Amino acid sequence: MVTVHQINRLVNGIILNGTAPDQGFSHCFASDLMSNVLTVDKEGMILLTGLSTLQTMRTAEMSNVHCVIVARGKRVTNEMLKLAKEHGIAVIFCSFSMFAASGRLYENGIKPVY
Amino acid sequence: MKMQFHIDEGDFSGAGTASSEVKKVLKQLNISPMIIRRIAVALYEAEVNVVAHAYRGVMKVNIESDKIQICIEDEGPGIEDIELAMEEGFSTASDKVREMGFGAGMGLANIRRNTDEMKLSSIPGKGTTIGILSI
Repeated sequence: MVTVHQINRLVNGIILNGTAPDQGFSHCFASDLMSNVLTVDKEGMILLTGLSTLQTMRTAEMSNVHCVIVARGKRVTNEMLKLAKEHGIAVIFCSFSMFAASGRLYENGIKPVY
Repeated sequence: MKMQFHIDEGDFSGAGTASSEVKKVLKQLNISPMIIRRIAVALYEAEVNVVAHAYRGVMKVNIESDKIQICIEDEGPGIEDIELAMEEGFSTASDKVREMGFGAGMGLANIRRNTDEMKLSSIPGKGTTIGILSI
C-alpha cells in the first residue's frame, strides 16, 4: 500500500489536490476511456489517465476512485479540482507519458487490476 | 422517496450532476457501498447517453426500502436497432463525446451489468426510455 505522497514521488508529479481519505493504494488502472474505467471495481485503485476533463473526475467519483494521476502534462482545470475536493479525490499532475508513468508505478510494486 | 432531474443535450460539463445527487442521497440512506457504486455507474452511463445522443431527458428515481427503480426517458432520435445498440463496441457517438472519454459502445452494456433488471425501449424519431431496477 502506498500513500498519495509516495505515488507522487514515483511519477515526479505535483499534488494539485491532496484531499483523499487516509487510505493506501495498491492497484492502478491506466485508461483514457472512461466507460472502461467504469467497468472496474477495485478498492485502493489509482486511475492513471491522459484524459483531463470534468468527466475524468465524475468517473472517479462514480467508481469510488480516490487518486487520479493526470499524465502527459495535461492541464487540470479549477472546475475539475473543485469536484475532486468535494469528493475526496487526490489529483496528481505528471509530465510523464502514460507508458512512462505506468512503468514507474509497476516497477515500484503497484499492481495491475487485470 | 422520489426524485426527478432534467438532463440537457450537449451539457457535457453538467453530465453526471444528477447521478452525483442520487449517489449522495443513497449514501445518506446507508445503502451498501457496493449497491451504491453499481447504481451510480449505471445512472452515470445513462446520463451521458442522454447528453450525447438526445435533445433532452428526464431521470426519475424512486427509492423504496427493498428496491430502487429508475426511469430515464429522452426526446431524441431514438434507436433504430436495439439489439445492435446493446452490442459492446457499437456506437454512433460524435467526436465530442469521444473526447469526453465515452462513445466506445460500452454504455448500455455497462448499465445492464450494474442493474438487476434493465428495460430498453425506443421509438425512432421520438426518443428512448431506459428502465432500471436494483434490488
